[in-house]
Amino acid sequence: MTFWTDPINFVADWLMGVFTGWGMAEGLAGVLIALIGIFALVTFAMLLDILLVWVERKVVARFQDRLGPNRVGPFGIFQPFADIVKLLIKEDITPIGADKIIYNLAPIFSLMSVLLLWAILPFAPKIFGVDLNVGLLYIVAAGAIGTLSIIMAGWASNNKYALMGAFRTVAQMISYEIPMVVALLIPTLLAGTMGVNGIVESQGIWFVVLSPLGALIFVISAIAELGRSPFDLNEAESEIVAGFHIEYTGMKFGLFYAGELLHAFTFGGFISVLFFGGYRFFGLENFGPIVAAVIFLLKALFFYWVIMWVKYTVPRVRIDHMLAFNWKFLTPLAFVLLMVTALVSKLLAGASAGWHAAGLFLANVVVGWLTIEILKAHARRQREREETPAQPAVQAAQH
Amino acid sequence: MTFLQIIFLLFAAVILGSALMVVTTRNMIHAALWLIAALFGVAAVYALLNAGFLAVVQVVVYIGAIAILFIFAVMLTRREMRDKGPQLNKNWWMAALISVVTFGGLFGLLSNWAGFSKTAAEIPAGLDAVEQLGIALVSPDAYVLPFEVASILLLAALIGAVYVAFNKE
Repeated sequence: MTFWTDPINFVADWLMGVFTGWGMAEGLAGVLIALIGIFALVTFAMLLDILLVWVERKVVARFQDRLGPNRVGPFGIFQPFADIVKLLIKEDITPIGADKIIYNLAPIFSLMSVLLLWAILPFAPKIFGVDLNVGLLYIVAAGAIGTLSIIMAGWASNNKYALMGAFRTVAQMISYEIPMVVALLIPTLLAGTMGVNGIVESQGIWFVVLSPLGALIFVISAIAELGRSPFDLNEAESEIVAGFHIEYTGMKFGLFYAGELLHAFTFGGFISVLFFGGYRFFGLENFGPIVAAVIFLLKALFFYWVIMWVKYTVPRVRIDHMLAFNWKFLTPLAFVLLMVTALVSKLLAGASAGWHAAGLFLANVVVGWLTIEILKAHARRQREREETPAQPAVQAAQH
Repeated sequence: MTFLQIIFLLFAAVILGSALMVVTTRNMIHAALWLIAALFGVAAVYALLNAGFLAVVQVVVYIGAIAILFIFAVMLTRREMRDKGPQLNKNWWMAALISVVTFGGLFGLLSNWAGFSKTAAEIPAGLDAVEQLGIALVSPDAYVLPFEVASILLLAALIGAVYVAFNKE
């Protein structure tokens, strides 16, 4: 075992040797090394987060035909540090009537819910926090804590707009959790495990080929879960000012902002893990864990870019459209797709991997085509209803 | 005392303390948040017992759904978030007596039980508890009947809820 084949265990063993050399008990040293590991992972995530601030600002500028930050450092890359200094020296305001403890806990929970997800992100075959056999459920559980943090922020701020934002968030997150869980079940079904490492390992053929619709549903519900445009109703500036984080200033707002960016990046990572082969890239991952980790981070950045692309090109939807889209379209489609995938996958269980993939792909195409036909028929019926003259009953009421 | 035991005692204290706060705090939202803390502590105890699946489901169901619906309902229905009435009525000593007797009885019963002082058997390597649970839930030799009955009950509740909320207009 060298550093290049198994870096995490190599460093852990080396540290273990150092600590026991100092006369420390092995159990205590193990706990200490685990703590150091957590600290290193969180530090890496937060350092990446600083970079993400720059990436986000640069990309949004390009989408809006601007230059973005370009004054501090080359390409403005040190702009986030100036931002951090600004956030740190801002006045820290707690509104009158705010529930102080909950008000201060909310941003911490918000960032925590994201950092929890990093525990199961598989960067490379041997670089991951923990290989949880219920990994996918864990993603949903961490999302629950994120929802909780937004409710806490909205309620504790003692502000009507903040509370409205919190209400909207709950309605949205509880609704979109359903298609998301169903979409998560599709990779579970195809891989036969809920652990993210097992899912990556079983993707000889990327799951996006086996289930393109499942990937699409997951991306849509992930964007809704992130609360990014077109689903950013919880902070709709033109309606409820800034939603749940309206009263937060300085670094407390910074924590929400950092949490949002890191959340988007993390979900980019999960999109790549669940449907796009994670750290696998046509055998390139066999060159060692470092290469695999770089592949994974690049894929995560790409899907982060996709999420930004959607955010800055699609306008915000109205709240009733948002709910109708989920309950009348996405949820039924996700359930039908899950059943079809289960059935076809079972029928083709004996076939070779190629036929299995082709059959599943075809099933997805059929489901997609049927969906479009049903939508077209529905739209036609609605149009005909609107084109027919007003009902006699309405005219009678007018007289 | 091992490290795991210390962690267990810590979480047990968190659960009991939060549970006490749920019934003593006068602020409804605080009560709901303390309830979440208690439920989270239970999830942590599940995780300590190597029941990762139950721990995560505990968080998803109780914190992600039920507790958040609690908070939602409290925020939507109550104008005044504070409970002003007395927290005890004249039967409080009865309740205290019954809980002490129940606790004492359970404690006496369990301390005489041989399994109370045993340590848990080691889980053999390579055993996937989630897989075993999944097979047990759909196997006719195990729990397929209770599982299906629960599913039908939930489906009936779902249809009932839709029917009640359905607007015929």
